[in-house]
Amino acid sequence: MSAITPEVEALLYLFAAVAFILALKGLSSPKSARRGNIIGAVGALVGIVTVFLAEELKNVGWILLVIGLGTLLSVPASRMVKMTQMPQLVALFNGVGGGAAAVVALLELQAADTLGFLIAVAFTVFIGSVSFSGSVITFAKLQEMMTTRPVIFKGQQYVMILLTIASLAGAVLVVLDGNFLVATLLLAAGLVMGVLVVLPVGGADVPIVISLLNAMTGLAVAASGLVLNNTLLLVGGTLVGASGTILTRAMALAMGRSVTNTVFGAFKGGSTAGSTEVSDRPVKSGSPEDVAILLGYAQRVIVVPGYGLAVAQAQHTMYELAKALEDKGIEVVFGIHPVAGRMPGHMNVLLAEANVPYEVLQEMDEVNPQFKTADVCLVVGANDVVNPAAKTTPGSPIYGMPILDAGLAKQVVFLKRSMRPGFAGIENELLYEPNTTLLFGDAKESLGKVLTAVKAI
Amino acid sequence: MDSIIILTYFVLAVFVGFEVVSKVSSTLHTPLMSGANAIHGIILVGAIIVAGHADSPGILILALLAVLMATINLVGGFVVTDRMLEMFAVKKKPSEGQAK
Repeated sequence: MSAITPEVEALLYLFAAVAFILALKGLSSPKSARRGNIIGAVGALVGIVTVFLAEELKNVGWILLVIGLGTLLSVPASRMVKMTQMPQLVALFNGVGGGAAAVVALLELQAADTLGFLIAVAFTVFIGSVSFSGSVITFAKLQEMMTTRPVIFKGQQYVMILLTIASLAGAVLVVLDGNFLVATLLLAAGLVMGVLVVLPVGGADVPIVISLLNAMTGLAVAASGLVLNNTLLLVGGTLVGASGTILTRAMALAMGRSVTNTVFGAFKGGSTAGSTEVSDRPVKSGSPEDVAILLGYAQRVIVVPGYGLAVAQAQHTMYELAKALEDKGIEVVFGIHPVAGRMPGHMNVLLAEANVPYEVLQEMDEVNPQFKTADVCLVVGANDVVNPAAKTTPGSPIYGMPILDAGLAKQVVFLKRSMRPGFAGIENELLYEPNTTLLFGDAKESLGKVLTAVKAI
Repeated sequence: MDSIIILTYFVLAVFVGFEVVSKVSSTLHTPLMSGANAIHGIILVGAIIVAGHADSPGILILALLAVLMATINLVGGFVVTDRMLEMFAVKKKPSEGQAK
C-alpha cells in the first residue's frame, strides 16, 4: 500500500513543478539566482520523497544505497572542481542525466503498450544516448583529453546520413514491434550519433553544444515522463527543453554564431574549419621586453581577456601583471566581453576566482568609451571580440556582434598563440594596424615573461 | 493519462520555459544552463520507479545504474550551480558598496 493518496501525490508533484519554474525564473536575474537554485533543489527533494511515498517499491534498500553513492561521488567533485574546469563538469552531469533517461525508457519498453508510449520510448532511448555520448566527447574536448579542433573524417556526412536512416528504421521497428534487442541497438546507434555530431565542433563552440545537449536531455526526460505516466518528469523535462532551446539561441547570438552553423559549420568548411588558414600579410611582432616597455610607460591600460587566457589558465599571472603595473602607478582595468571565456559569463567567474577585485572588471558598455583615452589595450587570448569587421564588414560571420573597441587605444598589444584567426574563422584587420604589436606564445608563458620584464624596468 | 491532458501539460510547459528565461543577461547564461541541467536530473524519480518495480537482477542492475547517473546529475548539478553563484555573490558586494 502506498502511504499517500493519488491526490496528495499529484499536489506534491505540482509543488515540485512550480518550484522548478520559480528556480528558472530566479536564475534569470543576478539578485535572485542563488535563491532560485535552492528553490529548485527543494522542489527536486520534494519530488524524490513523493515517489517513495506514492509508489509501492521493492529494492528500496538498494535504491537508497545507490542514491547515497551518487551523492558521495558528485558532491566532492562539484565542491572541489577548479572553476576553469567547471564547464566540462556541467557537460558530464548533463550526459549522465541523458544516459539515465535512455536506460529508464529502455527498461519501460516491456510495459509500454499504446502507440504514443512506444514512440516516447524510442525517442527517449535515442535522444538520451545521443546526449550521453555527445556530452562525453564534449567533456574530453574541454578537458583537452583530445584535440579541441574540429575532427572530420572523409565521408563523415555519409556515415551520419546512413546512421540517421538506420536509427529512424530502428525507431519504427521499436514502435511497431516493441523489440528489446532492437531498442538496445537504437541506444547504440544513439551513442555513435552523439560522437559523430560533436566531433566536428570546434573548441570555442563547445558551450553552445553543451547547452543544446542540455535541452535535448530535457526533452528526453519529458518523454520519459510520458512513458512512466509521471507529470513531474513531463513538466520538469519540458521546462528544461524549452528554456534550454532559448538559452542555446541566446548564447549563439551573443557569439555571433547560428546554432546550425555551430553543429554543421565544419562540413560546410565555411566557419570553424576555415580557422586553420594562416595569412601571410606582414604584422609587427615584438618581444616580451618591447611589450613591457609599452605597458610600463603607459598611464592607462585596458586588458581584454579572452578564450586563450582561459585555455592557458593564465588568469592568476594576468592579475599579478596588473598588480605590478598598478604598483608603478598605472591604471589598469579589465574589459569583459559578454561571451569572453569558455562560456558566456565564464570570464567573470574565472577572474573573481583569481581574486581580481570587482571594481577593475568592467562590462562592455562601461569600458567602451574609455578606449579613446587608453594608452595600451592588452588583448590576451581574445580575437573576434575586438574584431572591427563586426562593425565594418556586412556579410562577415560576426557582423552585428557587439565588440570591444580595442582599436581606439593608442597602442594595441595582442598576446596570441599564432596568426590563426579566432573561432569565427575570419581575419582581424586590427592585427595589421601600424599601432598593433603582437607577442606570440602561450598566454601564461608570455604574461610571465612580460611580468619579469615589467618588474625589471 | 489522457493524451489530450498530456499535450496540454506539454504545450503549457513549453511556453512557461520560453517565457521565464527570455530576458536573461549573458553573465548568467552559464549558471542558468547549469541550473536547468540540474533540474532534468529529476529523471531520478523515473529511475527510482523503474528500480522499484524491477523483478530480475539484470533489470535491477541496469535500473540502479540509471539511479546512480540520475543522482549524480541532480545532486552534482545543484551543488555546482550554487558554487558558481557563490562566486558571483562575493564579486558583487564591493560594487554595491562602491555605488553607495
